[in-house]
Amino acid sequence: MDTTQITDAPPPTPQPTPAEQKRNARGATRPGDRIFLGLSRGSGILLLVIMAAIAVFLTYRASLALSKNHGNFLTTFEWNTNVTPPSFGIAVLAYGTVISSIIAMVLAVPVAVAIALFLTHYAPRRLAGPIAYVVDLLAAVPSIVYGLWGALILVPHMTGLFGWLNDFFGWTGVFSWDQGAPRSLLTVGILLAVMILPIITNVSREVFRQVPQMHEEAALALGATRWEVIRMAVLPFGRSGVISASMLGLGRALGETMAVATVLSPDFLIHGSLLNPGGGTFAQNIASKFSEATEFGRDALIASGLVLFVITLLVNGAARMIIARRKEYSGANA
Amino acid sequence: MSNAAIAEKRPSTLRGASLPRWSPWAIAAGSAAVAVAIGAGAGLTKVQWGLIAGLLFLIATYAIAATVEGRRQAKDRIATGLVWVAFLVALVPLISLVWVTVVRGVKVLDVYFLTHSMGLVADSQPGGGIYHAIIGSLEQVGLATIIAAPIGVLTAIYLVEYGRGRLAQAVTFFVDVMTGVPSIVAGLFILSLMLIFDMEPFGFAGSLALAILMMPVVVRSTEEMLKLVPNELREASLALGVPKWRTILKVVLPTSIGGITTGIMLAIARIAGETAPVLLLVFGNRFINNNPFSGPQQSLPLYVYQQYAAGNDYAYDRAWAASLALIAFVMILNLVARAIARWKAPKTGR
Amino acid sequence: MAKRIDVSGLTAYYGSHKAIEDISMTVEPRTVTAFIGPSGCGKSTFLRTLNRMHEVTSGGRVEGKVLLDDEDLYGPGVDPVSVRREVGMVFQRPNPFPTMSIFDNVAAGLRLNGNVKKSELGDIVEKSLKGANLWNEVKDRLNKPGSGLSGGQQQRLCIARAIAVEPKVLLMDEPCSALDPISTLAIEDLIGELKERFTIVIVTHNMQQAARVSDRTAFFNLAAVGQPGKLIEIDDTERIFSNPSVQATEDYISGRFG
Repeated sequence: MDTTQITDAPPPTPQPTPAEQKRNARGATRPGDRIFLGLSRGSGILLLVIMAAIAVFLTYRASLALSKNHGNFLTTFEWNTNVTPPSFGIAVLAYGTVISSIIAMVLAVPVAVAIALFLTHYAPRRLAGPIAYVVDLLAAVPSIVYGLWGALILVPHMTGLFGWLNDFFGWTGVFSWDQGAPRSLLTVGILLAVMILPIITNVSREVFRQVPQMHEEAALALGATRWEVIRMAVLPFGRSGVISASMLGLGRALGETMAVATVLSPDFLIHGSLLNPGGGTFAQNIASKFSEATEFGRDALIASGLVLFVITLLVNGAARMIIARRKEYSGANA
Repeated sequence: MSNAAIAEKRPSTLRGASLPRWSPWAIAAGSAAVAVAIGAGAGLTKVQWGLIAGLLFLIATYAIAATVEGRRQAKDRIATGLVWVAFLVALVPLISLVWVTVVRGVKVLDVYFLTHSMGLVADSQPGGGIYHAIIGSLEQVGLATIIAAPIGVLTAIYLVEYGRGRLAQAVTFFVDVMTGVPSIVAGLFILSLMLIFDMEPFGFAGSLALAILMMPVVVRSTEEMLKLVPNELREASLALGVPKWRTILKVVLPTSIGGITTGIMLAIARIAGETAPVLLLVFGNRFINNNPFSGPQQSLPLYVYQQYAAGNDYAYDRAWAASLALIAFVMILNLVARAIARWKAPKTGR
Repeated sequence: MAKRIDVSGLTAYYGSHKAIEDISMTVEPRTVTAFIGPSGCGKSTFLRTLNRMHEVTSGGRVEGKVLLDDEDLYGPGVDPVSVRREVGMVFQRPNPFPTMSIFDNVAAGLRLNGNVKKSELGDIVEKSLKGANLWNEVKDRLNKPGSGLSGGQQQRLCIARAIAVEPKVLLMDEPCSALDPISTLAIEDLIGELKERFTIVIVTHNMQQAARVSDRTAFFNLAAVGQPGKLIEIDDTERIFSNPSVQATEDYISGRFG
């Protein structure tokens, strides 16, 4: 064989035999290789250990609190951890978290998809580049800044909208308003929508840009208008990508702390109206109850954080599954 | 023949009736004028004027286009209109956010503000600054980076250069999952450890939580960059008899160092703005505390929150100014990171 | 149904780069015209100016006239969308819509108009698939995705999709270059049948193919890389391949060039 001839040629540095090469490929023969593989594999294992530790320690501290809880953790409408016997439950928090996130998604996803289409298919090319860049930067604005803006600028500007909603849709109950400060779940939802808009837009834009030119040309050659090209070729191709982008945004909305804590005026009731202040979310409740909580109170907050952790895990898992399916699908058509 | 009949229904000309090029602008101007008239007459707010104008624009566009050009064209025009309206509507809050932060922020943002703490000033008084918060932020974020960057890069190396089989799959999956962990949950995790060991808040505890948030971001971006290194380079080096670990250190990493740096800087920008874990673990401090390993510290995002919570105009001014400083820091990191990425981008010989 | 194409003084640009210069030719109805020439000579670009697909690429613009039975495609007020209804196109790589079934792919163009009855739609789809010699192979799986077909079948599906809207002209941009010889033969047979109903223009790199399928052949060439492509000559296919009037054509055909 050629290789043996070559390996025999320079005697000072003996080349590895095929068996050694095989082991070399796994990178574990020389001390240097062994140390390096150990370090990098160790880092990977450390990540797994951290994830496991998060689950274990949160569960442990949560169990300390739950064992002394006199209320029902799932259905109690109060959060009293400083009294004896303590009583706390997550019903209000779960409701507030889910509702505000739903509002955010309903508002943000269509607008984000529209902006992504605008950037990829409608905007003049010279405009699209810089705007996409700015949207990218906006996705990096810290949430506390959104929170400050929401509390000091958005909230005062909501009275007009709330009055209008109350006038025309107040009869539904969902949009009735008692003239309180508009620090309600609807305002939170709107602020969260503004926050996750750049994130969903960015990912959707990437997806739409990957639509193969030939599918769009096929539609064009059939005599499709621009909108029909989008309906026939762009949206079907990008659907799963948009879904996973939305899941990413949903994950952010569910776990957002500061933007909710600054805007919402919380209480421990479930209100029929989205416009009246009150309610709470998991993350917001942890941030606002934390400073006055005893050690037991902190354990109770950890218990609610564990629920939030599980919810975000489920949402992320769903997103990953959709992305994985998309990969197979696009591979089949490559 | 059925489809021949359909084809003949259409006028044989290629020249469908079409609206002039200026028509969208004319319709927009007309709807705006009507909306202002209605708004002024009925005493509505400006937001409502805008809503009415947008609605009128869409209805008028559809009606006019449908009668002149046909329904398909009308649908196309309305889609174009909706996409533009969505874009313009979304601009309002986002521009407002940046504009307000800059305008209100520059009011008290000066050298004094950057070089003084809140030690001698009550929240209800003017004056004071963010020096202690800047120190705290830099130390906490710096320590988090020292922890997370090597672990993240090494994990990415493991996944790209060595990773086969179950362990690599598990790591990939949990890196994805970890990306979605809310920052407050990372804070609670470190808090649960501190409760067990009965510790008081200090800066390094915050660094640990921030490091947890930073690791998966670094892994992801580094992975992408390592995958861009062509296999021929690795093989060329291995074929020279260079051990694998030296190949990685001397060939693979130098080739992708620009992209890896960019990824780490973007990750720093992300954690620098995190408030929730810092609130739980570092607690906040009015005074300068240079030691991240003992006693409460301040950090920029937490400072913004606490000044907002103080609830008076002086505190609000400080909150805006600190926000502006924070945004400026994050934006500069972003811009520099992108510049590095462009400058160091692997030449793909196109 | 089929229409005549009359091109005069056509020049096309990509931004400031001139891709083809001053092309004039006539394509008779119910004939097959083949475009041949070396890579980069602008034959695909020219093909795409015939249904205004050239302007879809960024910076693409066109000067000159393309008359479709005396009506200028580039005249004022002409809607490119209507032009593409009249002048259908088949691309180099088969490109059925991946998310649609075989039936929906063929019906895609018809549905755009919206005024086709359900029962009629089925008839047209069947007729178009038969017209593309694909019906017997797919009639039992019309609801399966089009991407599950072989490359040659996919290309015939794209032809069925194009002829379903009854265009006057059918443009084909190297339709067989991604296919195996047997599929290529099937498409070539099909082109022979389709010319009874359509005016067909085909770009091909394969000179035997041009000789087999076309009535007229146009040879394009460019003076040098970076120079615009030009039409060297157009004539009956037989003459082009036996006794061309320009030396460059003969050089290219006999393989002394390109």
